[in-house]
Amino acid sequence: MTDLLIRNAHIIDPATNLGTQEAAPRDLLIRAGRIAAIEAPGVLPKAGEELDATGLILAPGLIDVHVHLREPGQTYKETIATGTRAAAAGGFTTVVAMPNTIPANDTVDKLHWMLSPERNAVVHLLAMPAATLGSLGEALSDYEALAKAGAVGFTDDGKPVLEDHVMRAALVAAARLGLPISQHAEDTRLTGGCSMNHGPVAFRLGLRGMTIEAESNIVERDIQLLRDIEKSDKLRPHLHVQHVSTGKAIQAIREAKQQGLHVTCEAAPHHFTLTDEALDTREKGGVAFNTNAKMNPPLRSELDRLAVIEALLDGTVDCIATDHAPHAAHEKEVEFERAPNGITGLETALGLALRILHRDHGLSLARILALMSTNPAQIIHLKDRGNLTIGSHADLILFSPTAEWTYSAQASLSKSKNSPFDGTPMLGQIHATLSEGRIVHRT
Amino acid sequence: MIHHSSLLSIDGLPITEVARILSLTARIAQMPAAERSSILAGRRIALLFYESSTRTRTSFELAAKSLGATTTLVSDKSSSIEKGESLKDTGLTLRALGAECIILRHPASGSPELLARMTGLPVLNAGDGMHQHPSQALLDLRTILTRLHLDPTTVDEQSLKGVTVVITGDIRHSRVARSNAMLLPRLGARVLLCGPEPLLPDHASTLHPSIEIVRNFDAALKQASVAMMLRIQSERLAGLQLDLAEYIARYQLNTERLAAHAPNALVMHPGPMIRGLEIEGAVADSPNSAIEDQVAHGLAIRSALLVRALGATA
Ligand SMILES: [Zn+2]
Repeated sequence: MTDLLIRNAHIIDPATNLGTQEAAPRDLLIRAGRIAAIEAPGVLPKAGEELDATGLILAPGLIDVHVHLREPGQTYKETIATGTRAAAAGGFTTVVAMPNTIPANDTVDKLHWMLSPERNAVVHLLAMPAATLGSLGEALSDYEALAKAGAVGFTDDGKPVLEDHVMRAALVAAARLGLPISQHAEDTRLTGGCSMNHGPVAFRLGLRGMTIEAESNIVERDIQLLRDIEKSDKLRPHLHVQHVSTGKAIQAIREAKQQGLHVTCEAAPHHFTLTDEALDTREKGGVAFNTNAKMNPPLRSELDRLAVIEALLDGTVDCIATDHAPHAAHEKEVEFERAPNGITGLETALGLALRILHRDHGLSLARILALMSTNPAQIIHLKDRGNLTIGSHADLILFSPTAEWTYSAQASLSKSKNSPFDGTPMLGQIHATLSEGRIVHRT
Repeated sequence: MIHHSSLLSIDGLPITEVARILSLTARIAQMPAAERSSILAGRRIALLFYESSTRTRTSFELAAKSLGATTTLVSDKSSSIEKGESLKDTGLTLRALGAECIILRHPASGSPELLARMTGLPVLNAGDGMHQHPSQALLDLRTILTRLHLDPTTVDEQSLKGVTVVITGDIRHSRVARSNAMLLPRLGARVLLCGPEPLLPDHASTLHPSIEIVRNFDAALKQASVAMMLRIQSERLAGLQLDLAEYIARYQLNTERLAAHAPNALVMHPGPMIRGLEIEGAVADSPNSAIEDQVAHGLAIRSALLVRALGATA
């Protein structure tokens, strides 16, 4: 592998504060897949390969702690190869696969199979195995063995760990290993037959709605468990709340953080971009019952959307995660209530974050990169990724923060095209994604 | 693309279109039967019914036949839909067999939109889940116009000015209530929604900016020119606590209540009606009742909707 010199880039690294104050261009040298040097332009000697990055931002590659890659079992929706190619196109250099595959990823063998080089992931692939066997919410999987085999946390995503005593046991077992339990916070006892957010839009459409309490009840319960475990077990469990979507749950997390509990949470781009009004756009000449806007947690009200944005601004939300959830066209072309939940998200995350959070709400580029790289790296304890420290993996993105473009679902590298953002304007364009020094995507 | 002469939801239908449908209805209703039966001669209409329905199905079927069209009924008990074929594929099959228009009744809200998008055929929504029943709203409108001695051949934004319609009962689960609450205020009517919270959440007032919620039935009835009663949809009540005796005491339209508060009000009910629950039998049979008129107007309105859907001239 020859050396690669990226010349004249505006480097931003929230982890080392590089470039967050001034914008002087620099050169970055990659040797053997790692960051070897960062210097003022012209200081480093010529390398075997060079990349001119004049006018572009060079930053740590994005890290997504929540993606569904559908392999094994549903390769008609996505494979690890296609999903990670879509990830690279979106600027992601590390993705964490959720365990709700068929069968569920709940054993060391399955985890090995998933992480094996034969799956042809083009970016760094990690996984959170199932928190309970078969994600049935009853018996814990073997956390110790799974951790040794590379698990970065445990989750039953797609559904919650509902039973109090099972969730408590999961938090305790994961705390002993220093890993998070990542919770899909939904009280499924309150959401039976519901297919969208509870509110006026659901009423108008004649659909049963999920209340915000269905989310916040579980978050509040889990926080109470943390408090209880810290007190009685002398452990410090880490709860990571997935795709938080309501102001009420966010407020519970904010207060738990103030009390010093180890809670982190993620927000998905669709929750800070869209509301449940996206399910009925007939007044604007659009369609109603758009299954490409059906997801769980559902798109919420404008108040909740603004609460998510506020929490991204004030640091209550730790990271942005896509919840990339590919589904085949024929699965979404059904009655709304029967359609599966989820949208693809890897290729639209940065463009939406820059448009909504940076341009509309003034969040700095450095903070957005922290939310999409540095912070998720910390949540799953990655030391040599998500930063531009000398010696770290050369997982990098080069992007133009001002370029405007329009997303086309058809042009997606994901096998599935189920996005509500087809034809939506995006801000900021990826020029190149490098994984361990190799260019894995170029626009 | 959705065919422009589909009727999926009442709120998407401009007032000018409502007026056109009413005048078309009046024209067809006046025609001699022989002339009427040639309007859709040789045209093929499919009725796709995923939910049983006597009234609406028969109404559409008789309307189609009276216009000379050929109809095919595909219902859940007789067909590929029982075997789990998707709505899209069933629609495409009907199209391939020559159906020029599909009338759809379906338990899932939004199904007509899906069918219309997938087939490109004109689709008439004959009731979808808890969402919409637009032909019912139109026939209710024609009934109100006729019985209140207003012009039943056209409407504008002022046509129902001074008319107060009280819709009472299980509004949460009622596509009829939703459709009427979205149509009548646009024609100038005052619409009051009435019922207990479990059957009438506060969100219902967002169906139209002028809609009011009145929990006290007697107070609402005092203002009513029209009392539209709805059935309790016990099959959809899962999880809701409802004391039927208390409901009857507070919300049943009975002779006494009608005489005391609204002796001249027009009484309507979309059916099926449960005599003795939401409405007393004697009220349903009283001179105030327009329930049979509704059925007759249903046939007339649906004839017009079919002529419109198939682009025929009448
Ligand atoms: Zn989830």
